[in-house]
Amino acid sequence: MTTANDLQLNDRGQLRHFLSVEGLPQALLESIMDTAESFASVTEQTVKKVPLLRGKTIVNLFFETSTRTRTTFELAAKRLSADVLNVNIATSATTKGESLLDTIRNIEAMHVDMFVVRHAQSGAPHFIAHHVAPHISVINAGDGRHAHPTQAMLDVFTIRKHKGDFTQLKVAIVGDILHSRVARSEIHALRILGTREIRVVGPRTLLPAGIESLGVKAYYDLDSGLEGVDVIIMLRLQRERMNGAFIPSEHEYYARFGLTGKRLAQAKEDAIVMHPGPINRGVEIDSKVADGSRSVILQQVTHGIAIRMAVMSMAMRHDSGEKMA
Amino acid sequence: MSQRIRIHGGRVIDPASQIDGPLDVFIADGRILALGNPPDGFEADLDIAANGQIVGPGFIDLSARLREPGYEHKATIASESLAAAAAGITTVCIPPDTYPIIDTPAVIQLIQDKATLAGKLRIQPIGALTKGLNGQDLSEMSSLKEAGCLAVSNAMAPVSNTLVLRRALEYAASHDLRVIVRPEDKDLADGGCAHEGPVATRMGLRGIPYAAETVAVAQVLALIEHTGARVHFTQLSSARALRSIARAREKGLPVTADVAIHQLHLTDAAIEGFDAHYHLRPPLRDLSDRDALRDGLRDGVITAICSDHQPHEPDAKLDAFPATEPGMAALQTLLPLTLELVASGVLTLAQAIASLTSGPAAILGISGGTLQAGAVADLCLFDPQRPWTVNGDTWLSAGHNTPYWGQPLKGRVTQTFLGGVRVFELDAR
Repeated sequence: MTTANDLQLNDRGQLRHFLSVEGLPQALLESIMDTAESFASVTEQTVKKVPLLRGKTIVNLFFETSTRTRTTFELAAKRLSADVLNVNIATSATTKGESLLDTIRNIEAMHVDMFVVRHAQSGAPHFIAHHVAPHISVINAGDGRHAHPTQAMLDVFTIRKHKGDFTQLKVAIVGDILHSRVARSEIHALRILGTREIRVVGPRTLLPAGIESLGVKAYYDLDSGLEGVDVIIMLRLQRERMNGAFIPSEHEYYARFGLTGKRLAQAKEDAIVMHPGPINRGVEIDSKVADGSRSVILQQVTHGIAIRMAVMSMAMRHDSGEKMA
Repeated sequence: MSQRIRIHGGRVIDPASQIDGPLDVFIADGRILALGNPPDGFEADLDIAANGQIVGPGFIDLSARLREPGYEHKATIASESLAAAAAGITTVCIPPDTYPIIDTPAVIQLIQDKATLAGKLRIQPIGALTKGLNGQDLSEMSSLKEAGCLAVSNAMAPVSNTLVLRRALEYAASHDLRVIVRPEDKDLADGGCAHEGPVATRMGLRGIPYAAETVAVAQVLALIEHTGARVHFTQLSSARALRSIARAREKGLPVTADVAIHQLHLTDAAIEGFDAHYHLRPPLRDLSDRDALRDGLRDGVITAICSDHQPHEPDAKLDAFPATEPGMAALQTLLPLTLELVASGVLTLAQAIASLTSGPAAILGISGGTLQAGAVADLCLFDPQRPWTVNGDTWLSAGHNTPYWGQPLKGRVTQTFLGGVRVFELDAR
């Protein structure tokens, strides 16, 4: 049986693919964040480019629609001087009956160097990584409920900037944990970085079976879940969850689990509020909190570019063993 | 052509008659003539040395999909008959979810014609419980019985309406047909592809909870008390459902159960890494379930092991895990994996063979599965120690979708006889 790490790390422990945060060494996560830090300055210059991936072709393969993730991946690739091709498969070949493997084979034949994959099925990037030519790197941009590793990395990067030492931190992740690939990847990243306490907060219908086995405490009540935390990560509540009998109404959800100024007072005074976006104002979070002084939601978006530059450049140097400039 | 055959030098194990010892087997006119001493004047046309081997009844597999009619791109009756013969299997029950579905005598006739043509395997078609497996209208069970069905089932399709289920059980009971239930509540299964638990949670796979099985079992058990139907639960996956069935049996309800061989070996830990060969239905559950199923077999709550053979074309498994088709090809791994239970002390050799022969025969209410004098001469010879590797040279099923591909196994069938005719010989050239 191959583990994710047999697939995503080379024999020197460097990133070949970035499929999941789970099981990665702490030093690698720190190295991704350090590399992102070095790129943060690039994005502030007038010429926002470095030539690291010049001549490389990166394909954004989005089998599920996305704006934020796709555009930040695209910007990150362009700032590394790569050529970028956006393939929106949600409206393309697979709807005509082409198999996933055939789609991959066809694009692979165009001599590309990296796939950035978003797919509605958990494990799709693993499947692709198993079947692509050895020189191609696969970056998971979100698969089903499984993983969204770059989102988790930009989140811990944001936390590190604000809070520093993870071993002193209490972090609460609030909302629809069941369907959230972001939550799963965040939990792995926070654990690997030694976070003191990780909580998940939501109604039982939205917390998956055996979630405690990931090393978190489950809370079914927002007030107690937020008590004394340093970081609050709110998750988006998808409207279609109402149809699946997960919750009775947006109104009741907001009343019980919406983050308001009053609820925020349960957390530490300097607690930060995060959200992977897109946010539903008045469903999971009050506008006053989303736009308030404790919110770092827009910083997350900015950090997303630096993190994705870091991951792409690190994954692309695996084959040559080149040192980064 | 019916030969007079003597099989000598082997260890005969026939759990149905509690025989286990070095005996000669004499076959004539397609039947077992005698065990032990030769009948007066017996002269063998064929004398077979079985030294170092076990001679047992041919295996009876309660659930194997041969994919014909309708899914010949996956496998055919001809291809799977070869694989079954090489596995020592002489009778298979095929679930009704062929295309067309087994809900008319014509489909049964078609299947039997193909089986006769292949000439290596007895096929026992399971009739549809509802027309087209639609879960709403009763099938013409009386006609199905006349055409040779011993049992009816809705296979993997749900009968969501409990009133329809009640009437289907009553109607089957009035025709003395067994009802085979693969217990899974469709709503609770909710399109899942893995056992609901820590592994599926971590991997972000939609889970199938225990309740999908326990609720289905409880519902049927309650209706059995009401209708008196004889029900066989197939392919159990959970300790909890097993406990309900054990209690029902203690109360004297007419229920039996089997388990698929892979459920006795694998757990959901195998799905780490998203290997679609482990995408099975019901899903692999955890170690406590696997161990409870082993106990259930030893204690006699479960009386048969089936292969749950589901051959697929390669494309069926080439996709992201949840998008692949569930099931593994499993005819030829049935015996070695069952023998592994003997090697690891779970079952005695006699118990293991019983769960492949007399156990399933009793569930179906057929006279096979034994080597008693007078029985139809369906039997196999196997060497329990003989190693082999699952690969393109040894594997005969059209479906190569087994997680055991490339792996060494122990225990191999060397000869198989169907009605006194040799249908498989390993070392034949």
